[in-house]
Amino acid sequence: MTAVSTTLALPVDRRQRARRLHLWLAAALAVVALASLDTGATGLSLPHLLGTLAGGGELSAVERTVLFDIRLPRVFLGMCVGAALAVSGTVMQGLFRNPLADPGIVGVSSGAGLGAIGAIVLGAALPVSVQAVIGTHLVPVAAFVGSWLTTLTLYRVATRRGFTSVATMLLAGIALGALFAALSGVMIYLADDRQLRDLTFWGLGSLAGASWAKLVTAGPIMVLAMLVAFTLGRGLNGLALGEATASHIGIPVQRLKNMAILTVAAATGAAVAVSGGIGFIGIVVPHLLRLASGPDHGPLLINSALLGAILLVIADTIARVVVAPTELPIGIITAVLGAPVFLWILLRRRGILEV
Amino acid sequence: MLSARNIRVDIGGTAILHGVDFTARPGQVTAIAGPNGSGKTTLLKAVTGEVPSTGDIMLNGYDTRTLPPWQLAAMRGVLPQSTVLAFPFTVIEVVRMGLLRGTSGNHDRRAMDALGLVGLADYAGRYYQELSGGEQQRVQFARVLAQVWHPVENGEPRWILLDEPVASLDIGHQLEVMRLLRDYAEAGGGVVAVMHDLNLTAMFADSMTLISGGRVLAHGTAEAVMTDVNLSRAYNCPLRVNHVPDNVSTFLHPAGATG
Ligand SMILES: Nc1ncnc2c1ncn2[C@@H]1O[C@H](COP(=O)(O)OP(=O)(O)OP(=O)(O)O)[C@@H](O)[C@H]1O
Ligand SMILES: [Mg+2]
Repeated sequence: MTAVSTTLALPVDRRQRARRLHLWLAAALAVVALASLDTGATGLSLPHLLGTLAGGGELSAVERTVLFDIRLPRVFLGMCVGAALAVSGTVMQGLFRNPLADPGIVGVSSGAGLGAIGAIVLGAALPVSVQAVIGTHLVPVAAFVGSWLTTLTLYRVATRRGFTSVATMLLAGIALGALFAALSGVMIYLADDRQLRDLTFWGLGSLAGASWAKLVTAGPIMVLAMLVAFTLGRGLNGLALGEATASHIGIPVQRLKNMAILTVAAATGAAVAVSGGIGFIGIVVPHLLRLASGPDHGPLLINSALLGAILLVIADTIARVVVAPTELPIGIITAVLGAPVFLWILLRRRGILEV
Repeated sequence: MLSARNIRVDIGGTAILHGVDFTARPGQVTAIAGPNGSGKTTLLKAVTGEVPSTGDIMLNGYDTRTLPPWQLAAMRGVLPQSTVLAFPFTVIEVVRMGLLRGTSGNHDRRAMDALGLVGLADYAGRYYQELSGGEQQRVQFARVLAQVWHPVENGEPRWILLDEPVASLDIGHQLEVMRLLRDYAEAGGGVVAVMHDLNLTAMFADSMTLISGGRVLAHGTAEAVMTDVNLSRAYNCPLRVNHVPDNVSTFLHPAGATG
């Protein structure tokens, strides 16, 4: 075709805004992470530690343990979990072409939850020798397996001759979610008092058990899943036009859907395994970012990871100090902060635009 | 050259297309016409690979079923009958989506040029979802134009396949879109359009395939296909083809009305 225009008068370019947001969010994440390292039940402060180190002094054994074995892995794990949950939400929403989709909605999180609850309740019935071998890994591993199996089942149900029907997948997710809720109910019925307290705590989500061991098992899975997710930007944008049109503009739609499903399963499974049921991050983060810099999935995925990490580290820090010396489950904080924001978004956008 | 041989489509055990042959040549506008439910959309979707079919489909000598989507997308753009967009993208963001990864040159400029062609350059920063139905359809047309901008690339023609591209447009924009398609064909590209408006078809189409009940009723030059007999049979009502006094364009009206 022949061009007619000579000047290039572009409208407000949201790409620049989104790129600038990368820097702001990265800076904010650094600040938040340092502040979180500085905060805790023992009253150990970062300036004091740095002062000691700068003065050529040695950290005491307690100080070293608190900083390196408790707070540091916890901050890293919080960043990974927050980023993984937010990116999972963004990918899921792009895949389902629906801003309210979330791993929580298609049953991936409840699959992970059932795995964990089953492990807590039935694990006690395992022979002592087996318990000794699996030990504390049982709950995370079971949660992880639960999310994988859920995703695979969904995929098998919703895919025919290589084509995934998103509508079938959503409905199957609702059915599986109901089934998992019922089975979890059975487990809770079977549980004794101590198990019930474990269940409640796990179900509300917490980073209290953070350790280098957990970070080393779950961290790389989350990071890898997110790196793969970052490559799906153009494909998810195209999917906004519908599957057929996405294919017509050159996107390998079936492969895109496979990748999206796998990354969501891996990121969500690993996150739920180490932190339990932390809600709202996956829905609130992409919503806020779309308001700020538009729905382009390229920058949106990266900003989601950053903002998800920021929000989760903040929520975890609050969870640690609000009722010190004990702590709140972090899921309570994210729900208390997230639900009003979510409602506010719905009210603000109602009738104007579907974000 | 776009050629489809013996295309059959079954949906849920019902045969929708019963062995349709279809050809379109670069440099021409080829229209697919026929009554509601005759299988026009299904034929177009079979050709683009959107619905599974049996039979051979060749585009520029390639078996389209063996090509990956990105190679197909480099050869042809497709405009569906309507498009529902999932997120609040702006107009220019939608048009840019049509630009493939390897596209050379300035993508923003290409997108703005495409919007200029459909008369919507001033709408670039508006939310797509806030536009009227006809405006949205023109934005989608701009997206397709941006994708297959050069009608000939490396000596091979490119194609635009459209399902009722002007159905939701006013007469001025109908003519504008049809002229753009004519220009594209005259520059060496191939155009295949499902058409309901037979007068526009008469004005702009070189070739025509008339289908009815999932079968080809007639195929050939638009003039040869558009006869009283063919059209009346296809649409199951008496129609008469006239030529306006200047003898340039064909004009169609119900046979009963002016007799
Ligand atoms: N997914 C489907 N399932 C069942 N039948 C279908 C499906 N899609 C199309 N059909 C049937 O196939 C026939 C042809 O449909 P098609 O959409 O190709 O018609 P068309 O010629 O494009 O009509 P229109 O002028 O109304 O757009 C119709 O009888 C329709 O009911
Ligand atoms: Mg149709």
